[in-house]
Amino acid sequence: MKKVLISYDYSKTFASILKEKLDVLNVNYILVGNNEILFDEDLSKTLLDELESILKPYAISIIDDKNQALVERIKSVISHMLDDDQPIRCNTSDYLSQTLNYSYAYLSSVFSETTYTSIESFIILCKVDKAKELLLRSNLTLTEIAYRLKYSSVAHLSRQFKKTTGMTPSTFQQIIQKRKALINP
Amino acid sequence: MLRVFLTDDDEDDRLFFQESIESIDIETELVLFENGNELMSYLNADDAKLPHLIFLDLNMPIKNGLECLKEIKNSDKLKDLLIAIYSTSSSEKDIETTFVNGANIYINKPDNFNSLKTSIEKVLKINWQYHTSNLNRETFLFRI
Repeated sequence: MKKVLISYDYSKTFASILKEKLDVLNVNYILVGNNEILFDEDLSKTLLDELESILKPYAISIIDDKNQALVERIKSVISHMLDDDQPIRCNTSDYLSQTLNYSYAYLSSVFSETTYTSIESFIILCKVDKAKELLLRSNLTLTEIAYRLKYSSVAHLSRQFKKTTGMTPSTFQQIIQKRKALINP
Repeated sequence: MLRVFLTDDDEDDRLFFQESIESIDIETELVLFENGNELMSYLNADDAKLPHLIFLDLNMPIKNGLECLKEIKNSDKLKDLLIAIYSTSSSEKDIETTFVNGANIYINKPDNFNSLKTSIEKVLKINWQYHTSNLNRETFLFRI
C-alpha cells in the first residue's frame, strides 16, 4: 500500500473546474471572484439548465433569485395576515397556497431553504415581534394583545413569548423601561 | 453570507465555538478576537468591515465585555450592531445589566458541543430574520 498526501489551493481548483465545464457551453464569459460568472449575452433557458446540470456533480448550484422573490411574497402575505383588521384565517397554509398559487409543500421548502427558518417559526417570530411592539407602544393589557393577535388564550401567548424570547412579557417590559431610563435619565 | 465576530480570551472556547459554527448549514464568515481591546480597535478603524453579529464574552482582562458593549452602544457608527453576550455567567444581574445596556441576545456558554451548536444555530436564524425581514430592532431581545 502507498499513501500519497495532496495539497491544493481551493480557489484555483474551483476556478479550473468551472473553466473546464463552462468551455463546453461555447459562450463567452468571465469569472468574477469565487462565485460569480458574467456572460456576454443572456442565456437561454436550455443553456441555463445545461449549466445547472453539468455543475451539479461538483455540488455547485446556481442561486436562483426567483426563490428570493417568492420568499419576499410569502413574507408580505404573512405580514398582511397579521394586520389587526384582518379576519381570523383558520388555516394559514391554505391561505398562503391560494394567494400565491403554489402548493404549500413547495412554498414551505423554498422558504426554509432560502431563509433557514420554517414558515411556521417565522410566523411565530412575527407574532411575538408584534406582541413586543404592542406591549411597549400601547396601553393594552396582555389579555387584549392576545385577543388582537388571535391567540386562543393569554396563557398561549405568554407561553409562546417565553419559549421564543427566553423571557416573560413582564421581564421584557422591565428591561426596555430600564433601557429607556438609562438613555434618557 | 453572515459575517460574525467572536471575542473571547479563552483559546479553547474560541476553537469550540469555531468548530460549532462551521458545522452549521448557514454560511458564515467568522472573525476571532482575543480580547476587548482587539475588537474595539478593529471596529473603530475607518476601513472596518462591520459584522452582522458580534458574540461577546463578558469576563475578559483589560477590557471586559460590558465595557465593549457600552462603547459600541455609545458610538454613532457602531450603535446599530447586533450584540450577543456569550458568557458562563447565569447571574440574573449580569443578564439584566447587559440587556439594559443594549445587548440583543444572551447565551449561557453550554458545556457540550451539541447544545452549543443548537444555541448558535438558533441565534443565527433569528439574526438572519432580523437582517432580511421587517422586524423591530429596538425590541430585539432574546435569551437563549
